[in-house]
Amino acid sequence: MKLLNLVVASLLALTVFGGASSFAADSISQMRNADILTEDTAPRMPKVVNSDERQVRNYPEQPPLIPHKIDGYQIDKRLNKCMTCHDRRAIEQSQAPMISITHFMNRDNQFLASVSPRRYFCTQCHVPQTEAKPLVENTFVDIDDVLKGETKK
Amino acid sequence: MFSAIKRFWQVIRKPSVHYSLGFLTLGGFVAGIIFWGGFNTALEVTNTEEFCVGCHEMESTVFQELKSTIHYTNRSGVRATCPDCHVPHNWTSKVARKIQASKEVYGKIFGTINTPEKFENKRLELASHEWARFKANDSLECRNCHSEESMDFTRQSVRASEQHEKFLVSGEKTCIDCHKGIAHRLPDLSLLAEGH
Repeated sequence: MKLLNLVVASLLALTVFGGASSFAADSISQMRNADILTEDTAPRMPKVVNSDERQVRNYPEQPPLIPHKIDGYQIDKRLNKCMTCHDRRAIEQSQAPMISITHFMNRDNQFLASVSPRRYFCTQCHVPQTEAKPLVENTFVDIDDVLKGETKK
Repeated sequence: MFSAIKRFWQVIRKPSVHYSLGFLTLGGFVAGIIFWGGFNTALEVTNTEEFCVGCHEMESTVFQELKSTIHYTNRSGVRATCPDCHVPHNWTSKVARKIQASKEVYGKIFGTINTPEKFENKRLELASHEWARFKANDSLECRNCHSEESMDFTRQSVRASEQHEKFLVSGEKTCIDCHKGIAHRLPDLSLLAEGH
């Protein structure tokens, strides 16, 4: 009886773990070009989108994307480089969109005279885009399509 | 004091007694070459990046900030060194700037910016001096490399070409008006408005 148990257990273990390892080799390391233990060559750095054209917002609350390069833009305690164009008083010359009025609100929805400290660091929410190919397929469906009943892409 | 000057003047006015005219003219010529060559060589030595970053005041602050910018590292490998932007290229302006820089020697000796904290306290003042200089000479050191005539606006991004057309071509603004802080970190500019 004892021997039988042992044999069954080993067989079970073999099927489960042996199967799992072959399963892993087949489908887990999809985003790597090489085996998990070998060091992969880094992919080339993709170009940053610098079209200056506004991009669609995928949902109403999405922070607008930055359609230009922001290399070396200083955003720290001393200075916010973005604000040299997107500040309320700078947009006449720069013709850039002004930061939204929500950025002047504190957490109690009270409007302040200038940018609320919690909204100071632009790149916390706003990001530029690159021309990189997505590593996995995106199955996101726009809310308007959902409303129309078109849930398939 | 006055008599010493008078004696020197008398000696200088008299014709030479011991030395031939040839020796004096040729000797003067050779001595002139050595003096002028030496002076210019010394001037050029102080006009190199190695000389600038020889002091830790420059090496550990502004030079480190420069390293990550496009003026230090970029795709084509052409780069600007300290004097390319901070010392005028034509001779008279260069010498004038060098004389002005004697104050920096004073600063070095008395350690006015010898710690990062001291440097940060002075950053706005020092940056303002450079901005004023660029503003006064119409960003000459930028234009030594970035010529407006050779700038192809069609190859720039939409935003850049529009801004350049509007403000640079019209002469309304000069490079430094918009391109502050492209090579070093910026100070708190709101302090500037408060008149510090």
